[in-house]
Amino acid sequence: MSKERLLNHLYALGRLLAVVLTTFLGLLLVTFLIGRVVPIDPVLAVVGDKASPEVYERARIAMGLHLPLWKQFFIYLQNVLSGNLGTSVLTARPVLEDILRVFPATIELAVTGTFLGVIIGVPLGVLSAVYRGSIIDHITRVIGLFGYSLPIFWLGLMGLMILYANLDLLPGPGRVDMFYEDIVTPVTGLMLVDSLLAKEYDIFKNALSHLILPASLLGYYSMAYLSRMTRSFMIEQLRQEYIITARVKGVAEWKVVWGHALGNCAIPLITVIALSFGGLLEGSVLTETVFAWPGLGLYLTNSLLNADMNSVLGSTIVVGAIFLSINLFSDFLYKVMDPRAR
Amino acid sequence: MRKIQLFALILVLAVAQFAMAATPKDTLVMASRIDDIITLDPAEIFEFSGAEYAANAYDRLIGYDVDNVSDIFGVVAESWTIDPDGKTYHFSIRKNITFASGNKLTADDVVFSLQRVIKLDKSPAFILSQFGFTPENVEQTIAKTGDYSVKIVIDKPYAPTFFLYCLTSTAGSVVDKKEVMKHASGGDLGYEWLKTHYAGSGPFKLKTWKPSETLIMDRNDQYWNGSSAMKRIIIRHITESASQRLLLEKGDIDIARNLQPDDVKGLAGNSDIKVRKKAKGAVWYLGLNQKNPYLGKPEVREALKYLIDYKGMESSILDGKATIHQAFLPKGFLGALEEIPYELNAEKAKALLKKAGLENGFEITMDTRNSEPTTSMALSIQASFAKAGVKLEIIPGEGKQTLTKYRARNHDIYIGRWGPDYMDPHTNADTFARNPDNSDDAKSKPLAWRNAWDIPEMTKLADAAVLEHDSAKREKMYLDLQREHQKVSPFVIMFQDIEIMAKRANVNGFILGPSFDSNFYNEITK
Repeated sequence: MSKERLLNHLYALGRLLAVVLTTFLGLLLVTFLIGRVVPIDPVLAVVGDKASPEVYERARIAMGLHLPLWKQFFIYLQNVLSGNLGTSVLTARPVLEDILRVFPATIELAVTGTFLGVIIGVPLGVLSAVYRGSIIDHITRVIGLFGYSLPIFWLGLMGLMILYANLDLLPGPGRVDMFYEDIVTPVTGLMLVDSLLAKEYDIFKNALSHLILPASLLGYYSMAYLSRMTRSFMIEQLRQEYIITARVKGVAEWKVVWGHALGNCAIPLITVIALSFGGLLEGSVLTETVFAWPGLGLYLTNSLLNADMNSVLGSTIVVGAIFLSINLFSDFLYKVMDPRAR
Repeated sequence: MRKIQLFALILVLAVAQFAMAATPKDTLVMASRIDDIITLDPAEIFEFSGAEYAANAYDRLIGYDVDNVSDIFGVVAESWTIDPDGKTYHFSIRKNITFASGNKLTADDVVFSLQRVIKLDKSPAFILSQFGFTPENVEQTIAKTGDYSVKIVIDKPYAPTFFLYCLTSTAGSVVDKKEVMKHASGGDLGYEWLKTHYAGSGPFKLKTWKPSETLIMDRNDQYWNGSSAMKRIIIRHITESASQRLLLEKGDIDIARNLQPDDVKGLAGNSDIKVRKKAKGAVWYLGLNQKNPYLGKPEVREALKYLIDYKGMESSILDGKATIHQAFLPKGFLGALEEIPYELNAEKAKALLKKAGLENGFEITMDTRNSEPTTSMALSIQASFAKAGVKLEIIPGEGKQTLTKYRARNHDIYIGRWGPDYMDPHTNADTFARNPDNSDDAKSKPLAWRNAWDIPEMTKLADAAVLEHDSAKREKMYLDLQREHQKVSPFVIMFQDIEIMAKRANVNGFILGPSFDSNFYNEITK
């Protein structure tokens, strides 16, 4: 390796680190400041309304709130860097432990949602590109339009009202029926996996039925986005000369479309799918509230409403870290799959 | 097409498979708002849901009859005597109590538990420390005199019921000393551990607590006073009244705890569901900040008491959830004043305002938490104030936000709800009618302080009432105090809370008491 190339690599690495660090620092600073500026007394959340002044004062000092703001931030930063996100007021447990406990529920939902979005959205996008202007194209567009414009909490509530309250086809909110709560010991935190590991097939079935509606909704949003993107990628590819060449050579049409053209869309599609997955993690805040789904979104909402700033900061860092790593990961995949991007 | 129809049919059938059955016979499933729980340690619990947990997981020294509060009886304490000095109490401890851990409950545990409350000095500690206990003297003032006998010395000869009622509160719960100390670290008396764990002798023991999510309790088979028919109690945090109602109608839950009047009405025709009500101790009131020049005038204070549509709110917004009540002691307490002299009367209010030189009214703000029924009540008050030219601006805010402002005395008017801490009348007299020091850096900051109401005379009267041993005389002192308070105070007391509980018709035996620490599960059957 030449010296110049090594320097280039080092430079790229340094730039990456700088971007990650400043993003994190900015994220932390902004969230921290918002938490301190809101007109809510965080000590109240700890000691309650009826505490005596002595108890109150002791709690305030224990929380370090008597120190100047910059010092508070510095202490917080030190703690975060050593892996300590503080203790949650609401749960009286370390924030990191809380997040690890609730996060699998969100992952389970987002993975299922993305999976549904991909297996339906991508083929729909391909079909509407191939049959541009046809009825399939129009239907896909209308479905996509709804997906873009209807708020998810409304669809969720409607879904619950029709499929649960009126027709009794699907179960209500929650990850499992309430009397199944806490029977399976969490191993992975994913209810579907854990119930299978524990050989509790009734609970597996129940958990699956609870997953259908929220995951389909998230999948719908992901599908709307992916089908539009796939369509435009495919139209771009189908115009290329290599497609004409392939057709002239007499390659079967399905092979031209699904093999050659779609194959060349794979790289941008991966980026789009990764982003959509990140979006689902974030978009789950509303879905989880509607479906009483005990994941990161619900945790964040509860913490916000209870002025539990350590938890809010902790969740923000985690979501931020995931977004960053998804971006980095898709960049990385890009480079692996496309030699031109190296 | 045929194939597609067949596929759809199969899909529907497959999905229908998932539709569920009723809850199991020996499990009670309840929807409630439990996001107020921040600790499971009885020395720290001060929240409604937490108090209800402690009532079912722990035994306290003393209890009272939920239908006749003046009937006090021993629970962990089998009996007691009081020395003639009125300050020394001797308790003999029941011998047949075993903790869920298998340890026997003895005088050691009782002494440890009460001393622990004082030494940890968390929010509810004042309930005990107001009797003169301090971390320094508590080893002497609360002491064991035998394996099953305990002596407690308080600082003044208070009315005995005052001290005994305080022992019925959550802070009087007995914890398992051996179990707690096993998990103590750095002299914290097991505080970090007990926050999320359990060491009690009550009818139920903790299985899991996931904050703002679920609280699960299992039957404690060691319980000394009759075994519960329920093996497990599952409490699921569900905020929305409409969701709770839906789950109840579907049979997915057995009990819904937080239904709004609309949803209760909607259940009326359903024979599968029964609704129960119980008057609770909390009162709804407006706090008028005396730092505000308008509200500082006595005529204005009284005028505003005539500008509330008590009957209108009771029959619409609060339908069944509250009853009109205008004195600081809720019905059910010794000396509670049940007279309701105020009703909506714009003419009287106008005359009073004229006397104060404000015949054209004035503008004022009210800090209002943005949840029901507070928001609707604020709107009603805004409309009735306007009848005498008082322009009310509602400042909505999240609960803790309005509270922060109120505690700093930065409000004009605050609309709030206050629950008593124990069943003795002193609990509310202490906060509504006592203000020993009105300065900004006062040591004690009761509600009278929060509204900057300087009342040295009334404070003396309240102090005298709590020392009176003669029950009849004491009752009269509180009645007089409330009559005066009702007229002159900057508190517009409006309603007393009623708890509404909706349950499936097959569920029986849920004991609803006058406070949340007297709601009991152990006689439930279904």
